[in-house]
Amino acid sequence: MSDTEQTYSAAGEVGQVRARRTFGQRVWLGLKKAPVSAWFGMIVIAFYMIVAIFAPLIAPYGEAKIFPQPFAPWGGDFLFGTDQLGRDVLTRLVYGARNTVGIAVATTLLSFGIGGGLGLAAAISRGWVDQILSRFVDVLMAIPSLIFALMLLSIFGSSVLNLIIIIAVLDATRVFRLTRAVSMNVVVMDFVEAARLRGEGLAWVMRREILPNIMPPLVAEFGLRFCFVFLTIAALSFLGVGIQPPTADWGSMVRENASLIQFAQYDITAALTPLLPAAAIALLTVAVNFVVDWFLHKTSGLRDEH
Amino acid sequence: MHPVLATVIQRLGLGILTLFLVSIIIFSAIEFLPGDFGQAILGQSATKETVAAFRRELGLDMPAYIRYFDWVGSVMTGDLGTSFSGRVSSGGEDRSRAVAELIAPRLWNTLFLAGLTAIIAVPLALLLGVTAALYRNSLYDRAVNAITLTTISFPEFFVAYLLILFFASLYHVFPSLANVSADTPLMERIYRSALPSLTLTLVIVAHMMRMTRAAIINLLASPYIEMAQLKGISKMNVILRHALPNAWAPIVNVIAFNLAYLVVGVVVVEVVFVYPGIGQLMVDAVTTRDIPVVQACALIFAATYILLNLLADIISIITNPRLLHPR
Repeated sequence: MSDTEQTYSAAGEVGQVRARRTFGQRVWLGLKKAPVSAWFGMIVIAFYMIVAIFAPLIAPYGEAKIFPQPFAPWGGDFLFGTDQLGRDVLTRLVYGARNTVGIAVATTLLSFGIGGGLGLAAAISRGWVDQILSRFVDVLMAIPSLIFALMLLSIFGSSVLNLIIIIAVLDATRVFRLTRAVSMNVVVMDFVEAARLRGEGLAWVMRREILPNIMPPLVAEFGLRFCFVFLTIAALSFLGVGIQPPTADWGSMVRENASLIQFAQYDITAALTPLLPAAAIALLTVAVNFVVDWFLHKTSGLRDEH
Repeated sequence: MHPVLATVIQRLGLGILTLFLVSIIIFSAIEFLPGDFGQAILGQSATKETVAAFRRELGLDMPAYIRYFDWVGSVMTGDLGTSFSGRVSSGGEDRSRAVAELIAPRLWNTLFLAGLTAIIAVPLALLLGVTAALYRNSLYDRAVNAITLTTISFPEFFVAYLLILFFASLYHVFPSLANVSADTPLMERIYRSALPSLTLTLVIVAHMMRMTRAAIINLLASPYIEMAQLKGISKMNVILRHALPNAWAPIVNVIAFNLAYLVVGVVVVEVVFVYPGIGQLMVDAVTTRDIPVVQACALIFAATYILLNLLADIISIITNPRLLHPR
């Protein structure tokens, strides 16, 4: 015990630096202020992630295991019954989380890699690089992307890899536009000029000077693009030209069991079977939208009115 | 020249240029076909000679640019080529059908569905948007907002099957299959297309309504609106007479965007309701890799999309009061 603790000086207290919050604390503070809808969204997303990662542990049966009874009713051995070939619907739903969501995430990442990279490069170098890329993107965007995707799939054939590449390239046009637009505002700033005069290369300027300044809109856009890609892939699979069987996937599950809807009057649970995967898709999209809404509101002050 | 006219002509030129470039992209689709494509289409049993004959029939032995102008020329005159299925070279008699013949009745069906939806959706969205802006932050506004935000995030087939479940399966109000044909009478046709067009309406109203609301609220903050309010005219009049004329440009843009989206949205909805439209034809052609049909459908979809966007551009230019009365 020393006496120094007892001595008090007002100047000392004022001069003392307030304890800096760690990153974790700041995130937690932000989260505490999040509205209910954002919390709901985050919990749903976390739930989907857990299901997707631990799919083999959660699913009661194997992904493509066929049981002798097709279109079995709900309950008993099969919580949600079986599909037209006799595969457990719950198992397919769980594996679908892994396949459908996983493919959508991979596609979105690839499209941000392509679109974001080219967008930044166009904004920094300007001149003819920018002109060529922008005009090219204009033309690509003039074709509705679902139609373009259908056409490309008919040429290259429907495989998962083709699907990812085609959707990613088509979606990259939108990412390119946004990245270019937001980074145009940053490129003209003095610190970018200073970096260039310092002799930094294109990659450095992109990564260290501009990217940190355009992160918030890009993160929000990532959420929105994910929803769009997710819905496109689900639609393509629903049309039968996306993810191919026997891979469990929500879009094709809806299509395969759609005929059950007409039995709604006799057995409402049977009619709900094709709606389960569709609802799973809808719920995830709504959840991501909620989180993106909150994030946009928080970071950019992009508000509806006032 | 009047500045409006000059801008309109410029936009028209750009639109035609885009259409030209898009046609090149769609045409070159056939260039990227894998080498064994003839084999893939004709099946394993095809001999070398039939594959060669097939390639000649496609004109793959001629340079690309000649084939491009041939193709554009015949498209202009309404000849979209012949479908791959049932060709002479695949053996047997000639049962192949002209793509134009396949498409024409279906295109009419699709346009009917899209038109029906537009007639319901556009006035509804404008009404909802204007009233939501008028009574903003009220319970009504919040309810409309919440509902539209939800329908935006739903995949079309989810909305479609929900509607089938309630209106066709549980309660037999509308048929779940929209099988119309050329000789279906108009009222019957509308009745059968009710669920598909209701689905499309739900999907596109949300977007249009939100944009209308946002565009009007955005304007309500401007000084001239405050002036109008201070003059003491009613809220409704402020919005209809003062805010709306300036809000037309963004609203028309979003309407055109959504009508263009309608063209794409019909693909999924047509498949759900087995509606004999061009979208379903395209999906079938994609599964069988019937490239001429796919190309023709893609060209029609893309052209509609471009024309609608062009139309929106032009309307927003000619309704802009600042451009109409240049100083």
